[in-house]
Amino acid sequence: MTEIPQSSGSLSRRLTLQLMSGAAILATMLYFVVLNVARDLAETSQDNILFASATAILEATSVQGEEVEVDIPYGALSMLGNVSDDRVFYRISVADTFLTGYRDLPQDPQENGAGSRYFTDTYKGESVRAITVMRRISLNAQAADVAVTVAQTRTGQMATVARMSQVALISGAGFFTVAAVLAVLTARSAIRPLNRLAGSVSRRGPKDMRPVIGPVPSEMVPLVTSLNRFMARLKTSLTRSEDFIAEAAHRVRTPLATVRTQAEVLLRRVDREENRHSLREMIRAIDESSRAAGQLLDHAMVTYRTDHLERERIDLAELVRELVARLQPVAELKDLTLVADLEGDAWLHGDAILIQNAVRNILDNAIKYSPRERKITVSVKRDGESINLQVTDEAGGFPTEGSALLTERFARGQNSAGTVGSGLGLTIAKEVAEAHGGSLILNNTKDGGGACVTLQFV
Amino acid sequence: MRYLAICLSALCSAILISFPLQAYEIEGQHRFGPDDANRVLRIISTADVDILEPLMTLYLKGQPDVAIDYTLVSSGELMTAIADEGAQFDLALSSAMDLQIKLANDGFSAVHESSATDLVPEWGNWRNHVFAFSQEEASIVVSPQAFAGLPMPRDRQELINILRRHPERFAGRVATYDLRQSGTGYLFATQDARTTETFWRLMEVMGSLDAQLFCCSGVMIEAVSRGDLAVAYNVLGSYARAREDLADSIAVIDPADITSMMLRTAILLKGANEDALARSFIDHLLRSAWGADTVPEYPFYKWHLDRSEAAAATKPIRLGPGLLVFLDAQKRKRFLRAWLAAIKQE
Repeated sequence: MTEIPQSSGSLSRRLTLQLMSGAAILATMLYFVVLNVARDLAETSQDNILFASATAILEATSVQGEEVEVDIPYGALSMLGNVSDDRVFYRISVADTFLTGYRDLPQDPQENGAGSRYFTDTYKGESVRAITVMRRISLNAQAADVAVTVAQTRTGQMATVARMSQVALISGAGFFTVAAVLAVLTARSAIRPLNRLAGSVSRRGPKDMRPVIGPVPSEMVPLVTSLNRFMARLKTSLTRSEDFIAEAAHRVRTPLATVRTQAEVLLRRVDREENRHSLREMIRAIDESSRAAGQLLDHAMVTYRTDHLERERIDLAELVRELVARLQPVAELKDLTLVADLEGDAWLHGDAILIQNAVRNILDNAIKYSPRERKITVSVKRDGESINLQVTDEAGGFPTEGSALLTERFARGQNSAGTVGSGLGLTIAKEVAEAHGGSLILNNTKDGGGACVTLQFV
Repeated sequence: MRYLAICLSALCSAILISFPLQAYEIEGQHRFGPDDANRVLRIISTADVDILEPLMTLYLKGQPDVAIDYTLVSSGELMTAIADEGAQFDLALSSAMDLQIKLANDGFSAVHESSATDLVPEWGNWRNHVFAFSQEEASIVVSPQAFAGLPMPRDRQELINILRRHPERFAGRVATYDLRQSGTGYLFATQDARTTETFWRLMEVMGSLDAQLFCCSGVMIEAVSRGDLAVAYNVLGSYARAREDLADSIAVIDPADITSMMLRTAILLKGANEDALARSFIDHLLRSAWGADTVPEYPFYKWHLDRSEAAAATKPIRLGPGLLVFLDAQKRKRFLRAWLAAIKQE
């Protein structure tokens, strides 16, 4: 049972959100900055032209005898019409006395009687931008201040600002969109090495304990180092326990053989039926233990060899033929017919000892579970790219439930009661098949009268 | 007692509102359309009624419940009526471009935008408040008889040369507007002064020939046709050309250096009683003036469709705040002083 760790939220989503909110803040700032600049610019350009206009009028002011006369240049007012279709007002006064223009136009005179000042006011029901420029002249031997005020409504300025704010809005939105796309891409690419590592680890076979050696970003090096160290420890510990099991099995099997021989010698000597029965039970138990020890050894050997798989060209048909010949005596003990159904050669690259071991385990099972006087068929057939080795028996087939679990270690079928076995046979076959890139397929025959075990090599 | 006083004052003001004191001078009042019409469009205009009558009749066709009340005034009186006395009108049509601009600038006009206003060239529309509906040329009207044996002048310089060379022939027979009386004359003169270098020289030459000053184009045209005048400068060419009965006795010359074009303009007055009617009438005017179709009722020459050389020298007077300059009292005073010095030479 794998424990799924509690998720504290998606790293990539958090990264995306943070980048996007940053982009949103920047886009909003961009909008307001552009808007401010546009407003300043529009106001400045209007101010400049107002200044030019007022200055032109002021320069056309002259003293004629005892009076001040103004000859407003045509350009002074028409230039205001060049930039926008706005209403234009002006007022000229000398020493606080109205001279010409719009009498009630507000003005903003300065104390010192020179220079210019801009202001915004309301005139004739509309907001106006205005400037008052002043000059001190000598009139009747006295100093008099000439004040020229030029005002213009701000429709054009507002239109410019509105247009610019639209541009600012569009560029802000565009900036945000681009930044958002980049944020998503960045988050994805930042997370990619993590996903790659997770993928490469989770794709591994159950026994693959090799260290991760692919390049990883420096931030992930500690994690991967720890992972590698952890796997190395796990591998050592696994090897040690398998070694231990193999050693134990080996140590147990030899004395068991001695005990069995002794028990058989004893059986021949003992006459009393109940004692003979006990001895037979004993021999049976010893057989079972011995077989289990053998399979444990086989399994340890398979585990070792699959870790260091040596591939050589072998003829599966030849291998099966030899094995059938070797097991023929065992089968005959139960009056079983062991048939090899071979179609020419079947060459493949693999570890002959492992494959032999796997096939022997399957055949052992078939022999073990078959009632007397039945038939067991071993066939080797090419099927396109793959080679199928199939063992068919007439032992009643696998129980319909739980056949998938049969290849688990120490799992035994429901019909195994009374049969010697450890439950490692099919596990060994499966591991060998998988080590060669193949698979083990368990079926029942079509009539349901037997099992059909297939070793498929691709 | 106090109630009575309030009632009385209310009554008085009510009477004042319904019968406003009318101080501006009316030259003529006309009514078109049925007497019992529900809606009456009130137009105040400087254009002679027979000029615009066909267009108004065309407008009223198919609108049985609409009538037009047409008040004819001089351009100065139009300004007085609207700006000073708050007379109630829906539309103001005027040839005084500067005064129309001033009315719009000072906030007496309302904005109008429609498919018809889109037809108006950019220079004929000031901020969707002032719309031009005619272009009328400032021409030189001469008597062909007086020029017998002399080449016809084509521009101001040629006119100056001829006048200088033959003072005996032209003395006392040259004329132009009296700028003190005529808004149109003042407008033409100020634009000439601004755009041509020859204007002041021409005025001095004319002054040396004892120039006659007139109030209006019509009078000058007739004087030329009678042979009393040899040259009338800055006369509305549109009026002169319209007088087909005088075609043999006058010649109309559009100065080839530059021909100022006066624009007759329409403004929608703020607070119009018949706002919708006024807008539709403006659209009607503008479609007749600037539309691609020929409208026989349209009384003015469509210069913008003319691709000739004469049309190339025409220059519409620019609508805009620049026109306010010459309305300035100080500016006007100085300009008239200079002009009188040239033309009177006293």
